[in-house]
Amino acid sequence: MPTTLAEKVYEAHVVRRTAGEPDLLYIDLHLVHEVTSPQAFDGLRAAGRTVRRPDLTMATEDHNVPTLDILAPIADPVSRAQVEALRKNAAEFGIRLAPMGDRDQGIVHVIGPQLGLTQPGMTIVCGDSHTSTHGAFGALAFGIGTSEVEHVLATQTLPQYKPKQMAVTVDGQLPPGVSAKDVILAVIAEIGTGGGQGHVIEYRGSAIEALSMEARMTICNMSIEAGAKAGLIAPDETTFAYLEGRPHAPQGADWDAAVEYWRTLRTDEDAVFDREVHIDAASLTPYVTWGTNPGQGLPIDAAVPDPASFADEGDRRAAEQALAYMGLTPGTPLREIEVDTVFLGSCTNGRIEDLRVAAELLRGKRIDADTRMLVVPGSVAVKAQAEAEGLDKVFLDAGAEWRGAGCSMCLGMNPDQLKPGERSASTSNRNFQGRQGKGGRTHLVSPSVAAATALTGHLTAPADLQESVTV
Amino acid sequence: MDAFTTHTGTAAPLRRTNVDTDQIIPAEYLKRITRTGFEDGLFVAWRTNEPDFVLNQPQYADASILVAGPDFGTGSSREHAVWALLDGGFRAVISSRFADIFRNNSTKAGLLTVVLPQAAVEALWAAVEADPTTQVTVDLRAKQVGYDDVTVAFDIDDYTRWRLLEGLDDVGLTERNLPDIEAFEAKRPSWLPHAQPVR
Repeated sequence: MPTTLAEKVYEAHVVRRTAGEPDLLYIDLHLVHEVTSPQAFDGLRAAGRTVRRPDLTMATEDHNVPTLDILAPIADPVSRAQVEALRKNAAEFGIRLAPMGDRDQGIVHVIGPQLGLTQPGMTIVCGDSHTSTHGAFGALAFGIGTSEVEHVLATQTLPQYKPKQMAVTVDGQLPPGVSAKDVILAVIAEIGTGGGQGHVIEYRGSAIEALSMEARMTICNMSIEAGAKAGLIAPDETTFAYLEGRPHAPQGADWDAAVEYWRTLRTDEDAVFDREVHIDAASLTPYVTWGTNPGQGLPIDAAVPDPASFADEGDRRAAEQALAYMGLTPGTPLREIEVDTVFLGSCTNGRIEDLRVAAELLRGKRIDADTRMLVVPGSVAVKAQAEAEGLDKVFLDAGAEWRGAGCSMCLGMNPDQLKPGERSASTSNRNFQGRQGKGGRTHLVSPSVAAATALTGHLTAPADLQESVTV
Repeated sequence: MDAFTTHTGTAAPLRRTNVDTDQIIPAEYLKRITRTGFEDGLFVAWRTNEPDFVLNQPQYADASILVAGPDFGTGSSREHAVWALLDGGFRAVISSRFADIFRNNSTKAGLLTVVLPQAAVEALWAAVEADPTTQVTVDLRAKQVGYDDVTVAFDIDDYTRWRLLEGLDDVGLTERNLPDIEAFEAKRPSWLPHAQPVR
């Protein structure tokens, strides 16, 4: 029977299948961070259990870490206790940890690919919804809760039901200034925050194949914002080129054996998806969100919508509540929305290519005097690479702040937060109420829109800058 | 976890779509390393900033069943959202659509998530708004929700239902299949990555 890529990966990991029970699925890599793991380790201790495969488990500190003075003890005692709990648990259970200050430290979804631990055809889980990021390599990667974290620590498996299959095909060429972030914001606006519920999304088509690995990670990262269990992309030469030579990638004859297997990881031509969505890449423009869920997004050329224009009563009420929270008036052109803060970073857009794109727009310029810009690399390695390329100087010369690596203002578990009523243009993944700080208002954008917005102080497409130069 | 067989109580109508995990419990409450005591963070922004928020209304203050709009629990994987609802006195949440991870987490912690058609949710909203003392019964054995003279059936897979009825946790069940896990591990290709030793 013809199968999809996701089905092939799933089937290759079924440990046990019995009628009337979920499948037992083997997990190749378990990523761990400080927020969703302490109660799981406590559960192991209470039951006298050990970690079955410490060698398939990797931990890092990311959510709580300050991005200033990163070598000093964390000032917030609650955050500090959580990080210290992870250090204690990692030591007790024999798990590798990349702590603050370590060369491998960073956001969990940045360091897995960077170290070559994320490879095609694997099953990867983490107590974090953005685990879908790793699907960019053709892995089946999904977020789990703390009870499941405990289950994977103890057994290296998870009971699972096979998800439904969805294809999002993006064909054609993306216009200049339109990025992977705009593609995924457009997809979510199209299918909604529940559109992918119960499904794994495979992103396909010529526009997806043309993307770099980092851009593919941006797309797969936000699959969860469309409600999907996971998102993935078939591995190809771009994937293999990215992986070759990374610390944990196979070497020599192992590399050849791995690539031979990876080449088989493609959806069969006559495989059937439960749902299919098609998007014309050429029709896309930079997308920004106006509301308080990631599906409330529009092309930057649009205006704040009128709640009355929504046919569904639930959508209408959601729009009313969103506009009240966001302090926006229907009909206002999105470009006229002024922001206080620009955040460039996160597991969605905190990689080197994201920093390069933003730096190119900022080079030799100054950001708007009333706007602050935080640039937070996704990992210590991304930071080092950016500094080797001089990007830190470009950001600092433009008036932006250059910080240490971590999740930072994506969710404000560290001191990087919006104040009540403050408005951000953010390259992160969620515009939920209060996500970036109590009362903070978030507009999700791409790295190039973030940089252009920092220069003008209001939501701006990169192309707008060129137009103003020619005028 | 506590077993769930049947529960009767009053219900709070939460007429909102896309109730995300950051609203159920904001990230600042996730810094704790305990598994209980999250009731202070439950819907804290809405409880603080919106006087007419449903759980601020005295007639719904003791509700143990939450009836919400579609796409409840979207967003993060934080099981703390489930713990906060349980700590806040809820035993069941009813919606026409749940986010997958939230629903999965609920089955691990003993919070029953019941999927009903949106029309049935609307009818239940109307009933508990008309009379907040309406007794609503969520019966997992019979797989039905009942109130007044209304009975609505709901679907749940047999395995999850059995686990919830018995209050079983998965790790112990999986450990019975250790030989299958060992056999699988013996066949894994040697080139698959290992986090240790550090390279």
